[in-house]
Amino acid sequence: MVKMVHLTIDGMAVSVPRNTSILDAARSVGINVPSLCYLKDLNEIAACRVCVVEIEGIQKLVAACNNHVWDGMVVYTNSPRVREARRTNVELILSQHNCDCPYCVRSGNCELQRLANDLGLSHLNYHKELPANRWDNTFPLIRDASKCIKCMRCIQVCDKVQSLNIWDLTNTGSRTTVDVSRGRTIREADCALCGQCITHCPVGALRERDDTQRAFAALNDKEKITVVQIAPAVRAAWGESLGLPRDKATVNRLVAALRRMGFRYVFDTDFSADLTIMEEGSEFLQRLQNRDDYAWPMFTSCCPGWVRFLKSQYPDMVPNLSTAKSPQQMFGAVTKSYFAEILGVDPHKIFSVSVMPCLAKKQEAAIPVMNDACGDPDVDLVLTTREIDRMIRAEHIDVHALDEEAFDSPLGVGTGAGVIFGATGGVMEAALRSAYFLVTGQNPQPDAFKDVRGLEGWKEATFEIQGTPVRVAVASGLGNTRRLMEAIRAGKVSYDFVEIMACPGGCAGGGGQPIHEAQELAGVRGEVLYGLDAVNNLRFSHENPSVQRLYSDYLMRPLSHRAHDLLHTDHNAWEMPQRPAAK
Amino acid sequence: MSRLEFYSTSGSQAVVESLYRDLEHRIVASPPGLCPVDLAASFLKLCHAQTCGKCVPCRVGLRQLELLIEDVLNGRATMETLDFIETTAQVISDSADCAIGYEAASMVLKGIRGFRDDYESHVKTGRCLCNLDQPVPCVAQCPAGVDIPGYVALVGAGRYADAVRLIRKDNPFPGACGLVCEHPCESRCRRNMIEGAVNIRGLKRYAVDHAGIVPPPPCAEPTGKRVAVVGGGPSGLSAAYYLSLMGHKVTVYESRKQLGGMLRYGIPSYRLPREELQKDIDAILATGVEVKLGVTIGRDISLAQLHKQYDSIYISIGAHTDKKVGIEGEDARGVISAVEMLRAIGDGTMPDFTDKNVVVIGGGNVAMDCCRSAARLGAKTVSVAYRRRQQDMTALAEEVEGAMAEGVELLTMMAPIRIEADEEDNAVALWVQPQRVGSIDSAGRPRPEKADQPEVRVEADVIIVAIGQSIELKAFEEAGVPIHRGTIAALSSGGIENNDGIFAGGDCVTGPATVIKAIAAGKVAAANIDEYLGFEHTIEVDVKIPKAYLGERPSCGRSELPMEKAYERKGNFHCIECGFTDEVAKQEAQRCLRCDHFGFGVFKGGRTKKW
Repeated sequence: MVKMVHLTIDGMAVSVPRNTSILDAARSVGINVPSLCYLKDLNEIAACRVCVVEIEGIQKLVAACNNHVWDGMVVYTNSPRVREARRTNVELILSQHNCDCPYCVRSGNCELQRLANDLGLSHLNYHKELPANRWDNTFPLIRDASKCIKCMRCIQVCDKVQSLNIWDLTNTGSRTTVDVSRGRTIREADCALCGQCITHCPVGALRERDDTQRAFAALNDKEKITVVQIAPAVRAAWGESLGLPRDKATVNRLVAALRRMGFRYVFDTDFSADLTIMEEGSEFLQRLQNRDDYAWPMFTSCCPGWVRFLKSQYPDMVPNLSTAKSPQQMFGAVTKSYFAEILGVDPHKIFSVSVMPCLAKKQEAAIPVMNDACGDPDVDLVLTTREIDRMIRAEHIDVHALDEEAFDSPLGVGTGAGVIFGATGGVMEAALRSAYFLVTGQNPQPDAFKDVRGLEGWKEATFEIQGTPVRVAVASGLGNTRRLMEAIRAGKVSYDFVEIMACPGGCAGGGGQPIHEAQELAGVRGEVLYGLDAVNNLRFSHENPSVQRLYSDYLMRPLSHRAHDLLHTDHNAWEMPQRPAAK
Repeated sequence: MSRLEFYSTSGSQAVVESLYRDLEHRIVASPPGLCPVDLAASFLKLCHAQTCGKCVPCRVGLRQLELLIEDVLNGRATMETLDFIETTAQVISDSADCAIGYEAASMVLKGIRGFRDDYESHVKTGRCLCNLDQPVPCVAQCPAGVDIPGYVALVGAGRYADAVRLIRKDNPFPGACGLVCEHPCESRCRRNMIEGAVNIRGLKRYAVDHAGIVPPPPCAEPTGKRVAVVGGGPSGLSAAYYLSLMGHKVTVYESRKQLGGMLRYGIPSYRLPREELQKDIDAILATGVEVKLGVTIGRDISLAQLHKQYDSIYISIGAHTDKKVGIEGEDARGVISAVEMLRAIGDGTMPDFTDKNVVVIGGGNVAMDCCRSAARLGAKTVSVAYRRRQQDMTALAEEVEGAMAEGVELLTMMAPIRIEADEEDNAVALWVQPQRVGSIDSAGRPRPEKADQPEVRVEADVIIVAIGQSIELKAFEEAGVPIHRGTIAALSSGGIENNDGIFAGGDCVTGPATVIKAIAAGKVAAANIDEYLGFEHTIEVDVKIPKAYLGERPSCGRSELPMEKAYERKGNFHCIECGFTDEVAKQEAQRCLRCDHFGFGVFKGGRTKKW
């Protein structure tokens, strides 16, 4: 029985369980005390002092976000002192914030901008003083010191959720700011490029490298044949920032938008997700048959954030990674070989673009050895969901008015197994569906492996395939991943096959997805993907007719020599900064 | 117009004077780790405000230095800027007319030479080398990292046993530390910014005095691992306590008759009553620690034998041998070492100084322990011969004042030069050479220099040499333990290079230091021995910390612990310090500013729940 606390907020009687914050108590009765740095459970540090309230009998104003209610508390959220303090503190933040709003990626989706507008600020009474900005703007993750409001959310999400401690405070006194920890540059850091710091930044201080102008340039280049692939998780999120309701924000409407923009071939990464299952699933079975030759468990390799994490945190376990490329990279390699042959064109003329919910994909495409098809990069350009949304807006395409259009053929065919790659557990489930078939020659029930679904950070299950128990684990979020890895290394758990996604909830919650203040949408978006799987006629990767044709016409069979050349990679062929020694 | 007028402070000047005091307090509470370049710029601004405006180098030059340092801080400087700052400061230092100018320039020079790396880092990377990683000042300053805001809040809430449990998570000597800790925790207490540090040690003592017997937590599952601890002082017993809680079987080897090390054989009972010490030791032993008294390593058993019998060893033998002062007549009868005297007292063998003139050589806490003990042992006169000034003594000011109140005479600025003995070689006097104050040394104390005055004879039947202790290392050196400058060369982990499984800590590694440092070393060693043995046990405690009070913290001065009357206390070895009354303890606990909740602590590092 939870003890209830009774208090008064702005004259209203309020009853909430004890240990409720003043902020939550107020919001529970519709009094929306403004806040800025606060992020529930993650950043309750009362730094911005925007949520201060007045409490009867207490002389100082009190932060509502990290102080709890008590019986008989009388709170005023709009007293003259509170109004003055809130307004002044927002003005002080603005005095050090680069308000180049018209050309900021977060304009219209900026918590500071909204707050300043809500407060009706019309001018700034303070001297403007912007910190100098030093950053390598060629890196996929970009930080603009002149926009940082030092809310510390990036530090908290990287420390507490992702366990990588990439960000820290730097300098002291008035010049205290956030920067890469331990005096490193971002290139020297073991950043996984998950992008969670970006999606938790309230302003435009953190963002992806904007590659939209390169995309437009390619679209304008008459010599180039533009091919675009759309990742599974993008379809569950792309409409959010365009005001499209989920039932209208279908992938086929996005296909129409991309065609309108000028892309010659619009394809589906679901296709290469199915291809990944064929290669990775076969690899898993091959490893199982030669158990002693391999390190266990086998890890999935489709999440480049996870690959970066493993290479930097547990480099000795890189051999456990599947050698299969990620769906993005398989797609690129197939495009510039098989598909070029189908078209009968020089693969160097193809400009291969991907739309991804992810920042690490930008880095993955740039790995020098990802050039197996023709020597050029297999994927030329990676755009995040946010960038493609910006391009749609820049092209003034009215997505509401668009009719749905089908993907192009043949690389536009994907199964339900491919689409669930975008949710945590999806790769595992898809792999098990096909592994079962490859071993037994029969399809399982499509939902036989649904125990690995859900947002829990670390899931495990054991499935019998023809009498052989297969112990699997699925983790999402790198903090959860670290716990799992430590347990594996300590011998506390033992698995055969492990799926890891760097972002909590998987790609649906990816660092390249649309940003919503104080909302984690991985769950909702994941449900969209499972819904698409459920209604798909094809539920098994091995039944994808385009994949079957690719094998019969070109690759022969999974793990063939050509499949190896095109679809597998050497994870040791590139360097990753190592995790620094503990202080 | 009068011919002369009596100066009285104007209203605004009085406010400025009080702001100076505020600033002093603020500097005392300044957290470590601040950017030195930023501070140099801030100091310079204050210095510049002091200029009278007459001379060019000071009036203009200091401003230009300010701007140049600002350029460095704002990422607008090059390496040439640094040279320019240095030459400009040198010119101001050379050519300013008075100290306001040339001393300000000297501060800048001292900085640009002393922390040039920081300057260069700003120029090259736009960042500072330092970060503020000490969010809660008291916890950061405590070598053992005790959760001070936590137990202060528990005292405020009347939960004394919980306070003791919380302290024991990081320090198994709450009783002893409540009485004798040097309380580095208080040095940077943020309450210094208002009126003065919270009396943290007094509150710890109050918690222990009112908690009753608090049993230790249960031990983890036995691991089957055996650890030998060599030396049963605060460091060894701390390591033993935590290792025992982690489930290891610990045996403590102590060469003396009783446990406690310097807590028993260095600190007299009027400061640390033996029954209080025993309570801490009893709780430690209650975890199942085995003890072998009267066993000396190297004499009764070799380190190699020990290494064979145990999975790991912690060496914490302390610093128990005396240092000679090296003057003529030191071998005379009546000349004794502080260590020797306090050791005898520790085992209850009281020397008789009735009607003797006692002179103590030294200015540290041990010297004060000796002279105050001598006063209690019936000495006719007790004096301290010290070659510097009273304020230069390394003893805590309250120890020196306490000794003086008990009738001890300070002979400051007097360097001992020889001991005079009679025909039977009994000491009869200490000859000292008067000194004068000289230039300031690197530690900020003026060097004593020989004054042009004749030697002085100080009558003395007993001369106690209290100028430091050293460490008995022979047995360990022979066993292959590396020695560096008279101490065991241990790593910051407590481990010893090329000696797998052997750890060391406490005074035998640091040289004579404080109890809390010894305890901290024991804690560090316990964690790393546990890891060496292949485990990851954590020490934590299930005590909920009261929420921080949101209301006013009105101005309220610091309360000091009352003392027994000097003329009564000097006749016996009973505890001289009294605890807080309930009223004062509550008041003092409420002075805590709860830096674990307010300020940086709520963001990072506010509370370490386990280790």
